[in-house]
Amino acid sequence: MATGVRKSWLFRNVNAKIAALPMVLTTLVVFVGGTIWTVVYSFTNSKLLPRADFVGLAQYERLWANSRWMQSIENLAVYGAFALVFTIVIGFLLAVLMDQKIRYEDTFRTIMLYPFALSFIVTGLVWQWILNPEFGIQSIVRSIGFESFTFDPLYNPDIVMFGLLIAGMWQGTGFIMCIMLAGLRGIDEDIWKATKVDGIPTWKTYIIVIIPMMRAVFITVLVLVTSGIIKLYDLVVAQTSGGPGLASQVPAMYVYDYLFTAQNLGQGLAASTMMLLSVLIVLIPWAYLEFGGKKNG
Amino acid sequence: MKIWKLAAALCASVALPSVAMATDCEVTHWWTSGGEAAAVGELAKAFDASGDKWIDGAIAGSGGTARPIMISRITGGDPMCATQFNHGQQALELVQAGLMQDLTDVAEANNWKETVFPPDLLDACTVDGKIYCAPVNIHSPEWLWLSNKVYEDLGMPVPKNWNEFVASAPAVEAAGKIPLALGNQSWQSNLAFGAITVAIGGIDLWKAVNLNKDMAAAAGPEMLTVFQAAAEARKLAAKSTVQDWNQATNLVITDQAAGQIMGDWAQGEFQVAGEVAGKDYTCLPGLGVNKFLSTGGDAFYFPLNTDPEITAAQKRLAALLVTPEVQVAFNLKKGSLPIRGDVDLAAANDCMKQGLEILAAGNIVPGGDQVWSPDVQTQLGDLQVEFWKSQDMTAEAAQAKYVEILTAGL
Repeated sequence: MATGVRKSWLFRNVNAKIAALPMVLTTLVVFVGGTIWTVVYSFTNSKLLPRADFVGLAQYERLWANSRWMQSIENLAVYGAFALVFTIVIGFLLAVLMDQKIRYEDTFRTIMLYPFALSFIVTGLVWQWILNPEFGIQSIVRSIGFESFTFDPLYNPDIVMFGLLIAGMWQGTGFIMCIMLAGLRGIDEDIWKATKVDGIPTWKTYIIVIIPMMRAVFITVLVLVTSGIIKLYDLVVAQTSGGPGLASQVPAMYVYDYLFTAQNLGQGLAASTMMLLSVLIVLIPWAYLEFGGKKNG
Repeated sequence: MKIWKLAAALCASVALPSVAMATDCEVTHWWTSGGEAAAVGELAKAFDASGDKWIDGAIAGSGGTARPIMISRITGGDPMCATQFNHGQQALELVQAGLMQDLTDVAEANNWKETVFPPDLLDACTVDGKIYCAPVNIHSPEWLWLSNKVYEDLGMPVPKNWNEFVASAPAVEAAGKIPLALGNQSWQSNLAFGAITVAIGGIDLWKAVNLNKDMAAAAGPEMLTVFQAAAEARKLAAKSTVQDWNQATNLVITDQAAGQIMGDWAQGEFQVAGEVAGKDYTCLPGLGVNKFLSTGGDAFYFPLNTDPEITAAQKRLAALLVTPEVQVAFNLKKGSLPIRGDVDLAAANDCMKQGLEILAAGNIVPGGDQVWSPDVQTQLGDLQVEFWKSQDMTAEAAQAKYVEILTAGL
């Protein structure tokens, strides 16, 4: 009897299950398998080629004693904090402006979204030239007549992360705006009519009514932006390659350099395991809110 | 019928190249600057003339970008016909894993043991008594390149050594020029530091630290003076804002900077720009202080292939690379020194002749890639770029970290 029940469960929707099988296998082997492999080999002293010679936590001890890694984390924290706040605030404000039933909305939306169609490498190179003191903004302003004007964020270790931030936001904000705009359009017109009737000012309506209603959109945006921050890599490579000095190093660059250039697989995998951990710290609360919340509601 | 014809044509277009008479040989390398590309063209020309076909697989960026691509192709089962590495420990694990073609028979047939000079180049290719690479050139990083025009404009004589260069720096700076051009990438800081070690610390100190791995010497007061000299040098390079080495060389060529510490490959750039050694620019091997050069350089490795035709082509290419004619043609364009002592470089310019004299006198030490693993080299690069680009890291702090990295890499 019991086997009969299980069979019918197993063979229900059999076509759909067969169709999903390749994806399930890919997920298990490539994503889950690859992740487990990474974590396991981060406890070995593998050099260029993987070797199952376990050394315990030695790679992690070395990692956390390394000043370049510490600096990378610090840089990422600075970049992340500013990117998170500014992308979401500016993205939302732009979406609100778009939502005012303006003329040529399509055109503006397209312009705002165009940077997102570029790869980070292109964005990085473009902004490398714009921010270059010899060719970019600085030289233009100087040629107008302000001889002492200085704006060279990419060559000043103290503010180089802000040079990256400018480029990162130029690229990412338009996309966040579009998601926010979709969220705003999802709000029922009747809500607006009701607040108008009650005489609540528009700005107040946004803050106390609309934003709480867009909770799911904000959480999605939060996860998208945060995971984008943690894997920040190509923008830095194209714009500064981690310089000047180590001033714009990020964890992903450390991982790449130790995996490949330094031929120290164990060290690189230990660093990437730490990155995985930080992604999980972001993802688990999100998954809890998204899926756990539905059950209760 | 039409479709069948089309399909046949498509099949043929795929199949035909492999049945062509000459064997195609894909060669990957990271020689992409003007001078380098001209030099690699000489290799391709010689190989094509011998009846095979050189498929150029240049990878832009630098060795740091190119090597991971090459290694992942080899370990991923898509080996190229031949690939550049710096001889030393970069490809050591690939050889140990049995992924490289053994060239011992080629080496014996062409008598490499007697002709390759200095002999430690061949030692660097040798693992367990078998030879796995064909060295093609010697590159030494310990050179100071100076723009004569910068000094002429100032009415000063061109410095003859590092100390004079440092003394002249305030005047250069007052004229609005950069005293020392230095790219932002970590290996360039590491290179500059290595050159200063040989020049300021002397050859005995260099050998004690890097060959005998004497950690007491690395932590000693002599090494501290080297770090202090580097701390002085970083002030001279503070205004240099370029990334790549050839952009830094370009600052010297266009007389925006007075000098650059860079390997002899910089010479190719001066040549492409039409500058003449001794007249437009001056070169000081060993920074003009200690005329010692380290013999790093490039070599070609031949990943193991299943196709016997490719294996045969690999061996033909290996033999060709070491022949005197190819050595002369290639190294003249590249600005590097040949790997054999018996070739005539009458056409060599002023700088190469200085290098050849030092080589002939035997004032040589092995290159950094031969004595330390890539892991240690990367960490040293990280340390040096941090030290050179920050203006507040002290010489003592940098030295302490230096000793720590070397000790861990023993």
